[in-house]
Amino acid sequence: MEYINKHTLSQKIRGYRNKPFSFVLFLIVGLAAVTTMLILLSLVGYILVKGIPNLNTGLFAWEYNSENVSMMPAIINTLTITVMALLLAIPLGIGSAIYLVEYAKRGNKLVSIVRITAETLSGIPSIVYGLFGFLLFVIYMGWGFSLLAGSFTLAIMILPLVMRTTEEALMSVPDTYREGSFGLGAGKLRTVFRIVLPSAVPGILAGVILGIGRIMGETAALIYTAGTVTGVPQDVLGSGRTLSVHMYALLSEGLYTEQAHTTAVILLVIVVGINALSSACAKRLAKG
Amino acid sequence: MKTMKEKSMHIVFLITACTSILAVALICLFLFANGIPGMMKIGVADFLLGQTWKPGNNIYGILPMIIGSIYVTAGAIAIGVPIGVLTAIFMARFCPDKLHRIMKPAVDLLAGIPSIVYGFFGLVVLVPFMLNTFGGSGKTVLTASIILGIMILPTIISVSEAALKAVPESYYEGALALGATHERSVFAACVPAAKSGILAAIILGIGRAIGETMAVIMVAGNQAKIPDGLLSGVRTMTANIVLEMGYAADLHREALISTGVVLFVFILIINLAFSIIKRRVY
Repeated sequence: MEYINKHTLSQKIRGYRNKPFSFVLFLIVGLAAVTTMLILLSLVGYILVKGIPNLNTGLFAWEYNSENVSMMPAIINTLTITVMALLLAIPLGIGSAIYLVEYAKRGNKLVSIVRITAETLSGIPSIVYGLFGFLLFVIYMGWGFSLLAGSFTLAIMILPLVMRTTEEALMSVPDTYREGSFGLGAGKLRTVFRIVLPSAVPGILAGVILGIGRIMGETAALIYTAGTVTGVPQDVLGSGRTLSVHMYALLSEGLYTEQAHTTAVILLVIVVGINALSSACAKRLAKG
Repeated sequence: MKTMKEKSMHIVFLITACTSILAVALICLFLFANGIPGMMKIGVADFLLGQTWKPGNNIYGILPMIIGSIYVTAGAIAIGVPIGVLTAIFMARFCPDKLHRIMKPAVDLLAGIPSIVYGFFGLVVLVPFMLNTFGGSGKTVLTASIILGIMILPTIISVSEAALKAVPESYYEGALALGATHERSVFAACVPAAKSGILAAIILGIGRAIGETMAVIMVAGNQAKIPDGLLSGVRTMTANIVLEMGYAADLHREALISTGVVLFVFILIINLAFSIIKRRVY
């Protein structure tokens, strides 16, 4: 069938000669796609070409000082904030997804309210999260600029992402699994934890990894919650900057453009890695 | 015993499900409780319609920032929507499978790049380019619009592509059978059928653009006055908050939080529009 319907190039050209309007449409669409790809290539290419030559071991020294603008403390802070935010967001996100998919009855009012609020949360820009975190955690709770305040703010920010991807992963688990488990006499709880969750792990993981990507790239929500101190704080109530905030600070000081270049490379590499990891997980889920 | 455990876990899941409700409630509560009093003190009309922002003289009018946000968002839409929608059409209807396997991850990557990296790219590449081409400082409405237009591309592409793929194949085949070319079938049958989905994509893009902060700060120039053309500097509401929150105190700080409230209201309206349109699609 496929072969019968296949047009050869010369047939296509002849067709276009009779229908110039269609050819113009084809050109416009192709041009748009080429533009998109060119934008991405030039962005990634420029950052890599300009940044890689500036990479040196001094940038990964343990101490930050004005002669050696090391990004190591920022990397450590980023990891701390990521882990803490995930510790909060994963249980809450997975828990609410389990409720929505496994427990809630059809037509439950609460479900639609939760969906609407989650949708609202995912539409709120990061600067509004930053303001909110500043007002609630930094001032009202009295934590000051701290990694803890930053983590709580980011946890709320990635909650809808974790929730939605978990929901989708849970829904893609076939009902026969659940029926089989109930048939063997397992209770609801055992079915959820032993049967449904394990089959949904790749999908959940894909969502969590995307969440990590958002945390790593976040700046606006952290400037006024975790602060911009250059070192690694003593404990989680101290202030510290993540890699993205570090890059913003370097750029706004205007003195360290080369270091900003290399920070951009590191951020970009992390993002590419995270994307690859996430889609690998999603593919595992699709395969089953 | 066993039912106890089941029951208690049921309640635990119920409570976790309520976190997002709690989060939205807290965000509304804290923003409005901290922002509205400041707005009242300044005077709602003076605050929203005042054309001067001079914290040093206790004059807080955010009209320049509201207009600035609207300008750069409109610019981003003008640049991002045509390219994004056409790319989506290409990916949904023109693209061979092999190419699609490259383009899809590429678009995802574009979505994953942190906004500060976009801002950096704008600052070191686009701003000098604008400076050499048009003169001035290079940090203009146009520069910010281009960067934002690029940033909303992945959102527009993936949502519109999903909408286009959801159009039943019979629409396309019907048009083809009536003698239309491939291109005409796609543009006259598939695209109109997916128009609500594409509209939803555009609204989502507007939300992204108006809320974007870090990239805009780097390339917009941040002058707190109403821009008088594509080539003058501009400050958005988001930039206003980040730039001055660090040292603001008293009424100045309240004015900045009120700016956040105005932005939040904008976003809520956009979200509402999005969910209404989405409901119409599915």
